[in-house]
Amino acid sequence: MSTTPNDGNDGPMRPFDEMLETDGTVRMAYAQFGEWLEGASKEFLTRKNDEADMMFRRLGITFTVYGDAAQTERMIPFDIIPRILDPQEWDYLARGTIQRVDALNAFLDDVYHDQAILKAGRIPPELVLNNDAFRPEMLDMDLPRRIYAHIAGVDVVRTGPRDFFVLEDNVRTPSGVSYMLENRQTMMRLFPELFATNHVAPVERYPSELRANLRSVAPIGVDDPTVVLLTPGQHNSAFFEHAFLATEMGIELVEGQDLFVDDGLVFMRTTEGPKRVDVIYRRVDDDYIDPLAFRSDSMLGVPGLLSVIRRGRVTLTNAIGTGVADDKAMYVYVPEMIRFYLGEEPILQNVPTYSLRNKDDYKYVLENLESLVVKEVHGSGGYGMLVGPKSTKKEREEYTKRLKADPDAFIAQPTLALSTCPTYVDEGVAPRHVDLRPFVLSGQRTTVVPGGLTRVALKEGSLVVNSSQGGGTKDTWVLER
Amino acid sequence: MLSRTADNLYWLGRYVERAENTARLLAGTQRLSLMPIPTDEAGNLWRNLFQSEFEENAFLAKHSEFSETPVMEYMALDPENPSSIYSCVHGARENVRAARHVLTTEISQCINETWMEVKKCRPQDVIDRGTQNYLDSIKERAHLFRGVVHGTMRRGEPFMFWELGAALERAENTSRLMLARSAAFHRAAKRDDGFDFYRWGTFLRTANAYSAYRQLYRDIDPVSVADLLILNTQIPRSLLSCIEDSAEVLRNLKREAQCAAMAERLASELRTMRLDTILRSGLEGFLHDFRKQVHVLSDQIRVDFIMVR
Repeated sequence: MSTTPNDGNDGPMRPFDEMLETDGTVRMAYAQFGEWLEGASKEFLTRKNDEADMMFRRLGITFTVYGDAAQTERMIPFDIIPRILDPQEWDYLARGTIQRVDALNAFLDDVYHDQAILKAGRIPPELVLNNDAFRPEMLDMDLPRRIYAHIAGVDVVRTGPRDFFVLEDNVRTPSGVSYMLENRQTMMRLFPELFATNHVAPVERYPSELRANLRSVAPIGVDDPTVVLLTPGQHNSAFFEHAFLATEMGIELVEGQDLFVDDGLVFMRTTEGPKRVDVIYRRVDDDYIDPLAFRSDSMLGVPGLLSVIRRGRVTLTNAIGTGVADDKAMYVYVPEMIRFYLGEEPILQNVPTYSLRNKDDYKYVLENLESLVVKEVHGSGGYGMLVGPKSTKKEREEYTKRLKADPDAFIAQPTLALSTCPTYVDEGVAPRHVDLRPFVLSGQRTTVVPGGLTRVALKEGSLVVNSSQGGGTKDTWVLER
Repeated sequence: MLSRTADNLYWLGRYVERAENTARLLAGTQRLSLMPIPTDEAGNLWRNLFQSEFEENAFLAKHSEFSETPVMEYMALDPENPSSIYSCVHGARENVRAARHVLTTEISQCINETWMEVKKCRPQDVIDRGTQNYLDSIKERAHLFRGVVHGTMRRGEPFMFWELGAALERAENTSRLMLARSAAFHRAAKRDDGFDFYRWGTFLRTANAYSAYRQLYRDIDPVSVADLLILNTQIPRSLLSCIEDSAEVLRNLKREAQCAAMAERLASELRTMRLDTILRSGLEGFLHDFRKQVHVLSDQIRVDFIMVR
């Protein structure tokens, strides 16, 4: 079945089509795949789509929708058409994301020690020190290998052949990697023939790399560390992923109630009595991790955990206080961090960003709401955003009131013409906007598994790819040379 | 192994077994209701499925009489009844989710598919499909689940806790089944003429013991039925089999645990017991006492493996 490029009168806003050139010829990365797609009938694709749907349901891969009284379980729609990157594109992305995460780790080590970057006047100190995500409890603590963000998800969007922009760094508890792995499994079952003709770089080694990575940051003196994954529990929206990763790594999946602190160490309750825990890959937020240190009403954490961390007798990944690095207000300074700590020029660009705390920016944003995307500094998940070009006059007026009430809480960015990928939809195959989250691991070395999570906005014209807002996912292929 | 995960596996074993047993009980009772029954028993046929005043009251809060349709609906499909088939399958699925990291994909798929089926079932669907067909499908799913666990799971601690939960639940269910029919046992023993081939046949089928009975004993008489279901170790659901299975698992898990000794003691007591002694001193009293001991054993298992500091 053939696809057509975006026909549209979008003019300069016409988005970059990752499969097709403007004249309709198929780009290099998609050459083999394009031929296959040409021969695939609508009926065939529909059948495969139904099969994929059934596979996910049977496996019980669901997420919980928050704010829904019934706590309905839903599936993130999976798109059967892969997103394909050629070796050069990937090489560029890999170097760019690794560079970025190295700088973020250096920044975190710095702000919790000497604060050289603040003293040098490269970042306004109040932005860091008054930030809610800055944790004074972490000051002057030396972490194994000086790593804070062991697992990072860097959200990247594309607007042209070599134009990649980082939209957001996720260095708290980024999720989505299980979809990267399950999507690949599903594709290999659905279309084995495609993997014979396309040389797709494998992603399957991610769990063992992650495990080795977690072991490499164990407290000093522990030779054979016990690693566990700490989950908020099975009603958390990402629980499936937590269980999946624990299975793949062969480690225990624990909840706060399974752990306790005794005699300056962390133990888990097992059928054979207490067992010491050395590394905790936590998927519980900072606020909930230790009711003695942070939110006292938290039932998800482990009382006294912070004291053990501070004594270096257990390693928490990611470390407490990483949020100060991926805050939307800090985002604008990441290129500066790269220059300051690595002495390099950023490989990946930032999206130009207006901080409303800045007077000139404030004025500009209020006058140009129609063409901008406005986000809450502390927001996530695509909630509370204003997408200017898609907004009504009434929505903009409502939003203006919020901006005026608390300008510091917002940033704005130009609306990017996100690239599109061919996607299976009811009418056939049509272009839909996508982004990409590669997963970067830091430990002994900084690595990134070739691929990542491609999210796709399934609604025609929509730029919001979040699963909570009607987004789906695709398998991401990196072709090998 | 994490204590909480052990608990999940233990309850998984119990829930699946309980769902199947409830299905058996309902199917057997329905078949029995189609036969000529002495009036004193007929009036209580559906009511006897409830074990305590507490359970009866929970039912009566929603329904007005103990008759087939409301009891069937309450015990099979009612999400508010914590022991309904619906609730058991839901409970099994929640425990599979929580212990997902020690289970195989096949196990998780099997329970998800079962849950999808059970979840969408409405009272009218059951009537349309035929109640027996619906209950048969629950039994089949339980057989399938057991087969998948046996065929795919590593023989380690998680597997043993699953076995343990299943064995103890069976012990409870067989004793419960016998209690629900204790009036019939009583009358048969006393008059020695209340014998009815079809009714006892139905009863044995409910306990999944009909063909075994036919092979081991000749004619059907209530004393032999009781002997089979209490003391015969050739069928998996006899009280002695269930306790011996539990004792074996506990021995393998932790020989020196208190609960292991307790199960061993219970098994050897049963082994040396004679049926006429049990009947002389009263079947009902024996069954109540047995259930009490199973509860004490379950509590000790919690103390030894789950609540450990």
